[in-house]
Amino acid sequence: MVRLEFDPNPPGNRVWLVMGLAVLAAIALSSLIFWSYGVPPVTAYLTLFKGTLANPAGIAESFRRAIPLLLIGAGLSLAFRSQFFNIGAEGQLLLGASAATGVALFIPLPAELKLVTMFLAGFLAGGAYALIAALLKSRLGVNEILSTLMLNYIAVYIVQFLVNGPWKGRSLMGFAYTEQFPAAATLPVIGGTLIHWPTLLLGVLLALFLQLILNRSTIGYELRVVGENLEAARYAGINIGRTVLMVAMLSGGLAGLAGVGEAAGIHKRLLDPAQISLGYGFTAIIVAWLARGNPALTIFTALLMGLIFAGGDVMKLNLQMPFRVVDVFSGLLLMFLIGSEPLARYRLKFGRRA
Amino acid sequence: MEEIFSALARAMAFGTPILLAALGEVVVERAGVVNLGVEGMMAVGALAAFAAAQTSGNPFLGVVAGVLAGGIAASAHAFVSVNLRANQFVSGLALTMLGLGLSGLLGNKYVGAPLEHPLAETGFTWAAVVLSIVIWLVLYFTRTGLVVRSVGENPAAADALGLEVYLVRYGATIFGGMMAGLAGAFLSLAYRPSWSDGMTSGLGWIAVALTIFVAWESIRAVFGAFFFGLLYHLAFRLQGRLPSEMLLALPYLLVIVVLTLAALRRRQGNAPEGLGLPYERGTR
Repeated sequence: MVRLEFDPNPPGNRVWLVMGLAVLAAIALSSLIFWSYGVPPVTAYLTLFKGTLANPAGIAESFRRAIPLLLIGAGLSLAFRSQFFNIGAEGQLLLGASAATGVALFIPLPAELKLVTMFLAGFLAGGAYALIAALLKSRLGVNEILSTLMLNYIAVYIVQFLVNGPWKGRSLMGFAYTEQFPAAATLPVIGGTLIHWPTLLLGVLLALFLQLILNRSTIGYELRVVGENLEAARYAGINIGRTVLMVAMLSGGLAGLAGVGEAAGIHKRLLDPAQISLGYGFTAIIVAWLARGNPALTIFTALLMGLIFAGGDVMKLNLQMPFRVVDVFSGLLLMFLIGSEPLARYRLKFGRRA
Repeated sequence: MEEIFSALARAMAFGTPILLAALGEVVVERAGVVNLGVEGMMAVGALAAFAAAQTSGNPFLGVVAGVLAGGIAASAHAFVSVNLRANQFVSGLALTMLGLGLSGLLGNKYVGAPLEHPLAETGFTWAAVVLSIVIWLVLYFTRTGLVVRSVGENPAAADALGLEVYLVRYGATIFGGMMAGLAGAFLSLAYRPSWSDGMTSGLGWIAVALTIFVAWESIRAVFGAFFFGLLYHLAFRLQGRLPSEMLLALPYLLVIVVLTLAALRRRQGNAPEGLGLPYERGTR
């Protein structure tokens, strides 16, 4: 006789096991998607493997994609821990990239101060943008999922306005973009790849730093209480509004930093929003979810999702599948992850009922 | 005068997909389930409708396909949020990702394809207005409506009275998906009529926001949707005078304004008590 028994506090290894199974299930179900698109699943997986893990260029590409995912994911894991559902990282990234462009092109600064100022401006722009939603939530109770999503759309039009209007560059080839950044405003890359390592290093350090804050500081403690039990937080005299604002500033700021990295490391200019971000803000939600709200673990989960992005590129080039295939996989994965989460809270019991 | 009428007609066409999807979401949320997957279900519905109409040559078959596709997409959300009791907000978000991705992927071969027999926009508009009245009548004057509302307000009490909470929530969620699918069918069969990736352009999200703004009342949704429609139309007409990006961003900005206004008036006090909370037998 096998039955299910409720277990409100599941042991950690069962949680990870269930999550692993969810990832496998999402991969298995993707076969169905490949097949319905007319690509034999075996061919798809072989192409994916050859193009990413078995190929140095593919691995470099995964790292490059992992950089923005890491920065955003680390911030979002903090946000989700405090139950602030920031879905607006995409917009915060774009604002960060715009602020960096403003500094790079229009503010005269000594060369050695240029990049630092760009990162600072990007952090502030992304953070301030997230702050709008946080203020509306903490003061009026406006749902932050909807407000941050709408701010994404608005950010897209802000960037389009900038590159088509006041910041439009001279070198046009049918596409709108700004002038190229001066050399002092661009980030160095590892030879032969697009890995802008200063941003990667910044991401790793920030992820570790946020983990430290979360586990070892009063702020981190308050943040966790607000996320786990709002009523208890109120009784404990925790300033909930301030906590929400701080989390928004941090997660938005990190998304802004990701935008600076993309602008200064990859494109070296501001251009069409769809080219700056391939939906990093949304995929980073999965990065944070996979890490179960631990910023330090996003270092690994960001790499995993970076691999998926690189895989999307490979599928596009070799199998002529639209890049949307990444969204399909991400959606499936997220669905399975949250669906399996409650399942971990049950254990299989063999034998008779006691 | 004629110009005013034509402007109003255009506003109604713009507002129709928002209204159809919002009516569905009103019913879903009245049963206590939040489905943020509207945008994705709309996209799936739009593609299914277009593909069916294009291959069969019959646009009405397209409408049926769109409605069914929306319903199927919604049942995924129902399973995850009702049976598995997962976080409804994230589940809806995942459904949006999945719907946008899937429709973009599978719809690749329909990009630029012509539709021989498009449908008239007005048919959808009137259907939406009639549906809003029917939903109001059903919600407030029938036993079914009472059941849906009580499941949303207090699922434990409804369960104690012998109502099938899970079944009702399933039904409402699938109905909401079918309405989102219908909204998608309107876009790809009548409004455009064509298929392109990302053609829903945030309309699903606007519908979710509208549901909150109209305080879960189907009749108010008619006025709300046509107000948004009027704004879209104005943005369209003002092109050239102001930067077009500013006008295109306007509806999204307005959603934030509208949500703020709703919060200021404490309309959210009207929200169903059990909204967004998974129900588990034996707990309160």
